[in-house]
Amino acid sequence: MPTVSMTVNGKSVSADVESRTLLVQFLREHLALTGTHVGCDTSQCGACVVHVNGVSAKSCTMLAIQADGADVATIEGLDDNGTLHPMQEAFRDNHGLQCGFCTPGMVMSALDLVKNNPSPSEQDVREWLEGNICRCTGYHNIVKAIQAGAAAMRG
Amino acid sequence: MSETGIGARVKRVEDQRFLTGQGNYTDDINRPNQTYAHILRSPHAHARIRSLDTAEAAASAGVVAVFTGKDIADSGVGGLPCGWQIHSKDGSPMAEPAHPMLVADKVRHVGDQVAMVIAETRDQARDAAEKIVVDYEALPSVTATDVAIKDGAPLVHDEVALNTCYDWELGDKAATEAGFANAAHVVKVDVVNNRIIPNAMEPRVALGDYDGSTGDYTLFTTSQNPHVIRLLMGAFVLQIPEHKLRVMAPDVGGGFGSKIFHYAEEALVTWAARKLGRPVKWTSDRSEAFMTDAHGRDHRTHAELAIDGDGKFLALRVSTLANMGAYLSTFATSIPTYLSATLLAGVYTTPAIYSEVRAVFTNTVPVDAVRGAGRPETTYMLERLVDQAAKQTGIDRAELRRRNFIQPEQMPYQTPVALQYDVGDYPAVFEAGLAAADYSGFAGRKAETESRGKLRGLGISTYIEACGIAPSAVAGALGARAGLYESAQVRVHPTGSVTLFTGSHSHGQGHETTFAQVVSEMLGVPFESVDVSHGDTAKVQFGMGTYGSRSLAVGGSAIYKACEKIIDKATKIAAHILEASEADIEFKDGNFTVAGTDKSMAFGEVALAAYVPHNFPHETLEPGLDENAFYDPLNFSFPSGCHICEVEVDPETGVVDVAKFTAVDDIGRVVNPMIVEGQVHGGVVHGIGQALLEGCKYDENGQLLTGSYMDYTMPRADDMPFITVEQKSVMGASNPLEVKGVGEVGAIGSPPAVINAVVDALGPLGVSDVAMPATPMTVWQAIQEAQAH
Amino acid sequence: MYAFNYQRPDSVAAAGSALGGSDDGKFLAGGMTLLPTMKQRLASPSDLIDLSGIGDLVGIDDNGDGVVIRAMTTHAAVASSSLVQAKIPALAALAEGIGDPAVRNRGTIGGSVANNDPAADYPAACLGLGATIVTNQREISADDFFTGLFETALGEDELITAIRFPSATKAAYQKFDNPASRYAIVGVFVAQTAGGARVAVTGASQDGVFRAGEMEQALSGNWSSDAVANIAVPADGLNADIHASAAYRAHLVTTMAKRAVAAAG
Repeated sequence: MPTVSMTVNGKSVSADVESRTLLVQFLREHLALTGTHVGCDTSQCGACVVHVNGVSAKSCTMLAIQADGADVATIEGLDDNGTLHPMQEAFRDNHGLQCGFCTPGMVMSALDLVKNNPSPSEQDVREWLEGNICRCTGYHNIVKAIQAGAAAMRG
Repeated sequence: MSETGIGARVKRVEDQRFLTGQGNYTDDINRPNQTYAHILRSPHAHARIRSLDTAEAAASAGVVAVFTGKDIADSGVGGLPCGWQIHSKDGSPMAEPAHPMLVADKVRHVGDQVAMVIAETRDQARDAAEKIVVDYEALPSVTATDVAIKDGAPLVHDEVALNTCYDWELGDKAATEAGFANAAHVVKVDVVNNRIIPNAMEPRVALGDYDGSTGDYTLFTTSQNPHVIRLLMGAFVLQIPEHKLRVMAPDVGGGFGSKIFHYAEEALVTWAARKLGRPVKWTSDRSEAFMTDAHGRDHRTHAELAIDGDGKFLALRVSTLANMGAYLSTFATSIPTYLSATLLAGVYTTPAIYSEVRAVFTNTVPVDAVRGAGRPETTYMLERLVDQAAKQTGIDRAELRRRNFIQPEQMPYQTPVALQYDVGDYPAVFEAGLAAADYSGFAGRKAETESRGKLRGLGISTYIEACGIAPSAVAGALGARAGLYESAQVRVHPTGSVTLFTGSHSHGQGHETTFAQVVSEMLGVPFESVDVSHGDTAKVQFGMGTYGSRSLAVGGSAIYKACEKIIDKATKIAAHILEASEADIEFKDGNFTVAGTDKSMAFGEVALAAYVPHNFPHETLEPGLDENAFYDPLNFSFPSGCHICEVEVDPETGVVDVAKFTAVDDIGRVVNPMIVEGQVHGGVVHGIGQALLEGCKYDENGQLLTGSYMDYTMPRADDMPFITVEQKSVMGASNPLEVKGVGEVGAIGSPPAVINAVVDALGPLGVSDVAMPATPMTVWQAIQEAQAH
Repeated sequence: MYAFNYQRPDSVAAAGSALGGSDDGKFLAGGMTLLPTMKQRLASPSDLIDLSGIGDLVGIDDNGDGVVIRAMTTHAAVASSSLVQAKIPALAALAEGIGDPAVRNRGTIGGSVANNDPAADYPAACLGLGATIVTNQREISADDFFTGLFETALGEDELITAIRFPSATKAAYQKFDNPASRYAIVGVFVAQTAGGARVAVTGASQDGVFRAGEMEQALSGNWSSDAVANIAVPADGLNADIHASAAYRAHLVTTMAKRAVAAAG
């Protein structure tokens, strides 16, 4: 089995995996980072979104071995020892989550949006979330949260 | 109001773990020495299994075991039970065919479970399953209810004639006919309530474990009601006594009804764990979810409304075909009957109503409750009917509704279809809805839309729902095979902090926050001192779980009762220590005070005394401060509301945009406005999804055409607007918290508002009806057909 | 997913020999189509030859007449490229509308064009602009490249290395999304080029992307929405599914063509 090595949330990790191991499986099953979720098998729901080399990627549609040598960031790496990142805080303040299952992907997508567009309009947020599906919130408070999070990050 | 008590907009305590990736969902749990199950599923809608060869699969790499329907049948375990018995018009009980964990004779829908492969890894199990050779004799299949009831239609269950599960009725047929005899107008509609697929974002997971040294079973599962699963699986399927079976539903990623039911995979992994002496885990992928999670709705209804010369409704008769799918899911039979037909009065004074429902087996995934469950079907039919009546009588649609509302002074109001509404002010809610939606400003918005070459329509719906399911006596009389109470246990710890154990289950609703607010308010303890524990049959004494918008109305009331018991006991303790009579002790703001004195003990001091009972008179005063309660509601609660939708339609492409949506609901007392608003947002979007986007489709061979997100349209952020949400509450009368329920209101009120708006927009083009989901092609075709006439 | 061997060559030549040396290998570009297909067990290549290690395959160049986009350039890179935005804004806008942001971060132009999904966007741009597909063996004009449903002129071990897009005087792309998948039910790319008007339609036909000749002729004489408003493509041979009948698709081709011409100005 090939060996893959990468940096995940700032830590170097390495494991022997089957070639067919998906990045999300590697995170969940090998590293026990279970914050990244699997909600579909057609690359649409976005529950699995992480950052690979600084941009959002669907970890269910990427082989672990494709991330060999990459810098991967997951939801577990955002908070500072329990102190929430401003985007996480904005989701809490705006009730931008209910069951929490889509939330890690939503937050990671939101951060990629803000990197590209520090001051997104409602429409910008809605369009950016094309690849993130939520069944609970009707998106209303997610959109509010992301705009609030962006504002907080602008400072 | 305190900052954290009842009525406060408290931020959710559960969010910290969800936002940091520390949620504990079932698939996040692994057990030592765990194996993985893969279920081989039928590719056919209907086929006889001639033979099944598992030899090659069993020899495949990593395979631990392969089980078939024959193994299940030989082991003597039971089938999956149905929890609600319906009787037909002629008094005969419903047809209740066997629903085995794995089928042995024939498959009845695409996705039906045929065999289970257990291996060391998930991939190995799936690899091996492909090596099972099944010789199927394909049979003709039927998916549509109106076809399934015809002579000569394929029989889903050979022993069930005309595929009819039951043929049920409710109401006074003679009085209804008399109403029609006196009618000035008779308005008719034929509506299809489209079949929808629930799609909670977390797919189902089941992990079974067995401890041979103790004989204890453990099942981790994605359930809305772990105690119900323990009861059904333990008592009816696997015959495991409750004290040997622990069911845990940890963090659950949404349910919407689909995780109420007891599914085959739960029993299979539990059964196999004992056979193998190893834990067995099954994780659904989304494609499996589409063909195994119980679907919702799928009603075809013909309805007629008799109206007098003044626009007053005289009588309503309704005839429905309800799809049950291939087998009876846990509560399937109750949805089109007691959760649907009993609401046919709506918020109107229609004096005579008659309803008949024929439930039909088809070669499709079983159909059961999805958010709203029965009430969206009734509301959609009724509000389409009322809009049609307005057109036909020439009476303004708002005015027609006003003329027929049940008035607040008529409460309690006995409807002709069994229910008694306790409280409500439908005219006030309606006027509040029109005001919030700026109804009078619609003409201006329409003109602006038209200046851009688009059409604009406005749709109104009013609704009522029965929540707080349910008074056990009523449910039992109507055929429920369970009581529908809830339980709570309030454990006060020696230093005054509290753990609440609730039989309700949170899978997004925020119970850990809302329930803590109730306890904090009642006991006067800080919000942060209350923890809420749920979802584990070993911790929580009992529970009926979360569905039917019942958690706060029923579960919350059990909490209320348990807190009252805590206060009673603490009062006794305080009276003893303060050397006063119990009658003189007043409890306020967390302090027990001897009336008229400054002698007082804080709640925490009483708690400590309860656990350090150095001078208790033990014959009259027990140590400890830990109380439980069961609450069985007096009546259903009856949220109501008015939803108003405005759409813009591009007549060239048929694209419908929801331009504005307003929901004004009466949900009784609000414990946490933030959470309430979120529930309405989610429900409304679920309903807009049903109205515009979501529709399950089968082809002529029973193949599921909408089997993934490539073809089944989930609402996305850019499909939806912001939603205006307000409450116009009349306090509930049937439970001590005065709450009514909010989880489903959005999904109930919104679909007819949307479709009425689409039809309103298209009226100038001659369109009088549009089916759900009103996809661009559906709307475009409706326009083409209208223009051709 | 079935098991397979994984290889990541560092040159186009090595990629070619890796594929040649495999039983039934496939090139892996962004993987946005291939990996989901493999997850569904609908494809079982013996080897995946990952092209992401080949630095030469990434980048966007100005060639005077237009732009050259190398095969492993992501949709996100095309969308945000100031060069593409300046030279062929319609192409940047098209890239911005593919999939969702995470898909655009990994999906590549070469992968999309080589796959020739009948509902993909890039084939419409290639055909609409009269692009040239550059491979490790030759150059193929877009008119000759797309040969049918998921079919292209690519040989067995032929690999797209770049796509050369000439600028157009005017161009625009209008897509009518499948509401579920968000692929194109119909996408129409119109361009006023040195060689005349071009209209390429994706999503609609059972044979994949095609040029609407009648519309091109009409636009060559009169570049306006009105010119195409009454030109209908025949519904025969168009795709039909639960989201769009052939007749509806035919109607959308005209509608999207009109809107694209209007958007192009």
